[in-house]
Amino acid sequence: MSRHSFIESTLRGFSRAFSNALASEHVANQPGLLQQFDPRVRVIGMLALVIAVVICRRLAVITALLLLAMVIAIASRVSLASLAKRVWLVVLGFTGIIALPALFTVPGKPIWSVPALSLTISAQGLRSCVLLVLRVETAVTLTTVLVLATPWMHILKALRSFHLPADAVTMLAMTHRYVFLLIETANQMFESRESRMVGVMSASAQRRVAARTAGLLLSKSVELSHEVYLAMLSRGFRGDVRLLTGFRMKFYDYAALSAFLFAGGAAAWMGR
Amino acid sequence: MHIPDGYLSPSTCVVLYALSASGWYSSLKRIKRLLATRAIPLISVFAAFAFVVMMFNVPLPGGTTGHAVGVTVAAIVLGPWGSILAISIALAIQALFFGDGGITTLGANCFNMAIVGSFVAYSVYRIIAAKSELSARRRVLAAAIAGYVSINASALVTAFEVGIQPTLFHDANGSPLYAPYPLHIAIPAMMIGHLTFAGLAEAAISAGMVSYLQRADPGLLRGGGETAERMPLAALTSGTQPSERRLWLTVALLMFLTPIGILAAGTAWGEWSSADLANPQARAQIASASHGQAPPVAIPSGIQKLSALWTAPFPGYAPFFIKRPEFGYLLSALFGVGLLLLASFAATSLGRTWRKRESRS
Repeated sequence: MSRHSFIESTLRGFSRAFSNALASEHVANQPGLLQQFDPRVRVIGMLALVIAVVICRRLAVITALLLLAMVIAIASRVSLASLAKRVWLVVLGFTGIIALPALFTVPGKPIWSVPALSLTISAQGLRSCVLLVLRVETAVTLTTVLVLATPWMHILKALRSFHLPADAVTMLAMTHRYVFLLIETANQMFESRESRMVGVMSASAQRRVAARTAGLLLSKSVELSHEVYLAMLSRGFRGDVRLLTGFRMKFYDYAALSAFLFAGGAAAWMGR
Repeated sequence: MHIPDGYLSPSTCVVLYALSASGWYSSLKRIKRLLATRAIPLISVFAAFAFVVMMFNVPLPGGTTGHAVGVTVAAIVLGPWGSILAISIALAIQALFFGDGGITTLGANCFNMAIVGSFVAYSVYRIIAAKSELSARRRVLAAAIAGYVSINASALVTAFEVGIQPTLFHDANGSPLYAPYPLHIAIPAMMIGHLTFAGLAEAAISAGMVSYLQRADPGLLRGGGETAERMPLAALTSGTQPSERRLWLTVALLMFLTPIGILAAGTAWGEWSSADLANPQARAQIASASHGQAPPVAIPSGIQKLSALWTAPFPGYAPFFIKRPEFGYLLSALFGVGLLLLASFAATSLGRTWRKRESRS
């Protein structure tokens, strides 16, 4: 462990969040398949496919949905390399490790015994392991493609048009905005701390730094919320939230929505 | 602890979305009523704060690091209802924007971390901190224990949800369709990590933050006084009078509506006494309510033996001296509610006596 590892790893996490947000903005502004559809079609369509993935019980159908997700990604200018780095390897590393023992623990018909170890892989264990990993990979790929190809504000507007309470949508929008401001604030706090450190901090000292930084960030957040509240009041906010939903569905939006719903419905029916 | 898509069956997701939705609805109504126009900026910025705190790497003993959820501090400062909203919004942003946790499982994740975590953290903190001074070390300890217990409670609920999947959802060959580990594997696997690392991370960040706030910004722990002027956080944890009044009115209304039960025709399925099983008219009603399935000819010995154990004071919701059944229902309702109130008052006064004795000693 390097001496400043906890600050450095937290800073790396902050940078990753910023770079993901920037990548998302970049892809969302490119001309692509998903980008040309109404955001409501994108949200409903991709959610229909995610729900179909969760409902499906057949490996072949889930594999077909993964291939469909890859085609949509390519057509929407989302590079497969970035998906592999951001989604597939991460999911494989996380869910793959979680699912691996299921090969041996799920009882069933033995198909292979590991030499020199008294471990047997069962057919049922193999199927459940592959099913879990494939399902998670496909669902996360679909969600990531949707998020990369759609600006956050458009996703929120789409949610609002589905009659999600205006208060909830406003809070999601404001949270998203202030997440980046607070990340920037925390980033500066950690960087200034790092720049003043000359010795090796003990683990307990590192914990104190983390807790104090979080505590100070909390105080700043409450102050910030008060300032935001006053700013909202000064602009005439009286508690009623009104959001603009200026989307207009065109012919190809309806066609795309039908195609998404048909694909999701067919997959759910074939994979039942 | 963030469950991704694909680990839980659709029906589990629907149930947990429904549970979370009721929590979100109650919280939003309560917070809006108490804070009015201030609710949106406060909860939004606090959710952003919770999101950022979840990204902190907390150094743990043994050279490793862990992530805190921040639910304990949210529950301490905002109260459980505000915390439910703030943590849920942070989790929604994580799932929708950063792909951490699934979309179909968002209801489950919010239920486990935001709802269970907030209530457990708030209860444990309030019980241990009691009425101690804001600057007392006891509050730091209370925050640490609340953090540790709440994260482990959330982990236990998560493990339960994941662990019931293979039992409930498998194909004809026995292959689990979702998370493949049964409860006896899922619970220890989940709890070992949380009892050792994640619980410690939440305990360390909660205790450290409360300790810092005691010195730097104690108003946030007070939830009143100067903090109330800055932002009425106190209102989030208090102000139960209107809802209590509504509760009493609802109870009174329900009591006066109890005779409506008389209008129901037929027999209450499964609530048959041994006398009903012996009565030919009641037997015909039982058979018609059971799709033509006649009850056994002989009264089951278990029912016969156990039914003599206890004789209710108001059998059939009608004391012997009341001739009109609707008055009998009303009197039974009044008597039942009265008994519950008596039990509740007795428990409260016992608790007060116990606390007084503790504070004297």
